[in-house]
Amino acid sequence: MADDVIELRGATKRFRSTSGGIHTAVHDLTMTVAANEFVAVVGPTGCGKSTTLSLVSGLEPPSEGEVLVAGSPVRGIPDGVGYMFQNDAVLPWRSVLDNVAAGPRYRGESRAAARAKARTWVERVGLAGFEGYYPHQLSGGMRKRVALAQTLVNEPSILLMDEPFSALDVQTRALMQDELLRLWSGTGAAVVFVTHDLEEAIALADRVIVMTASPATIKGSFPVPLSRPRDVEELRLSTEFLEIYREIWESLREEVEKARKGNASRAA
Amino acid sequence: MPSVWNSGLSGELSPATAKAALGKPDRQALTSAATAHRRRRIRVWAIRVALVVAWLGSWEAAATYWIDPFYYSKPSAVWSKLVDWFTVGTSQGSIWEQISVTMQEAVGGFVLGAVAGVVLGILLGRSRLLSDICAPFIKAANAIPRIVLASLFVIWFGLEMSSKIATAFVLVFFAVFFNAFQGAREVDRNLVNNARILGASQAQVLWTIVVPSATSWILASLHSAFGFALIGAVVGEFTGADKGLGLLINHAQGTFDAAGIYAGMIVITVIALLAEWLLTALEGRLLKWRPPAAGAEAQI
Repeated sequence: MADDVIELRGATKRFRSTSGGIHTAVHDLTMTVAANEFVAVVGPTGCGKSTTLSLVSGLEPPSEGEVLVAGSPVRGIPDGVGYMFQNDAVLPWRSVLDNVAAGPRYRGESRAAARAKARTWVERVGLAGFEGYYPHQLSGGMRKRVALAQTLVNEPSILLMDEPFSALDVQTRALMQDELLRLWSGTGAAVVFVTHDLEEAIALADRVIVMTASPATIKGSFPVPLSRPRDVEELRLSTEFLEIYREIWESLREEVEKARKGNASRAA
Repeated sequence: MPSVWNSGLSGELSPATAKAALGKPDRQALTSAATAHRRRRIRVWAIRVALVVAWLGSWEAAATYWIDPFYYSKPSAVWSKLVDWFTVGTSQGSIWEQISVTMQEAVGGFVLGAVAGVVLGILLGRSRLLSDICAPFIKAANAIPRIVLASLFVIWFGLEMSSKIATAFVLVFFAVFFNAFQGAREVDRNLVNNARILGASQAQVLWTIVVPSATSWILASLHSAFGFALIGAVVGEFTGADKGLGLLINHAQGTFDAAGIYAGMIVITVIALLAEWLLTALEGRLLKWRPPAAGAEAQI
């Protein structure tokens, strides 16, 4: 398709494991993500979902196969990529405003211009009034908002998210999911959202990709034909949601069990 | 922390609401907490003063009636020595000149050593290859009893200030270097990756991520490093000099003047404490982003 902004062709990533052997994180990944598409990637914990994102972001080159962003092979970090990490990556020594201004500053904008941009994004993520606070003075949810603003201020055309809300409590998480959908709608950005929470995946995405237990590869791709705009908390109770959930869970359960068995035998 | 999440989305959040008017009982609790705090401080200071008085008093009494003050001196003799130094002058000239010389040596060695330590520490901390190459040399250099180098420096640089600055430098350098190295090594990979994605170049990663991350490590080492700089300067003067506090102490040793040694020690201690206070103030300014240490919040 012409508007596929992300394309993986038989991408494989191997690492040297700590015990000296070779660990295959992801194996023969082939998938595409179109512009304005929200794709959620689910799989058992520790299966290599994050590795997929680091391949697309250019932080790690693939061991085999090809990764294309906007039609050209990834060498280094491609333009227009935003990446929200699982752990907080906000700078503890910078105020909220200067954290958000970091991206434009790195890209050569003047301090004043970067701060002006940052100010509008701080407001957009609902942190107006907290510009001068340091991260340690904020709650976990507020730090996530800072990270979100920090990523979005660069106006990425590809947004990679690695279990960004997994450390939050349930209510804050639902709120952040709504916020994410609100901020994303209309931007035309392609989103790849990695999570181990199937509910979260269905609530947010247009398509859910299920990955197998380690070494990860793609098991199936399920469309989520739920209308937008969505209210994630209401959505969870609808019958359509439950039907989709059941269908995808059938596929995912097997992998989760496999991963559990693998872990158990390793632990034994 | 104000609970803002249940107040809805954008625009409605205001940190000002956090300080919503304190009720009367709250204010009373605050005043009584302040009084308790003040009382506790007074008690701590009273006990400190009592300890010093008991220590000096017993020393004075023992030296007067029991032990030989020729070897052990006594507080009143040390005090009159200090008064003598500051009013009349020392055997080597004005006390202020001695202090100024020692301070110049210590500060010179400290600044040069700290700068070299930070630069090389961060460089090696960020470059695997360089650190692999240099590791055995640095370990060996660190294992040398560096204080002995003072003798070598006297031969190289003479009795002037430069030989003392060199001694202070080697002592400070290693203290700062290892911390800067460790600090640069332990930078959160997440922060580096995040900065790279946000568009940072290698140099920007170094300036905006690595250096600030290593700062708390480096500042911690600067406290002990200034002490080392003073030791370096004084030991250097001990080894051979024509001015300085170390020379003064060395001279006191040569004339069996125990009170002079104590007086020199006290002057150096006061300088070290002043420097420590300055460094703590600097640290407070540079690290104001850090959360307060656990337990700093007073209990009411």
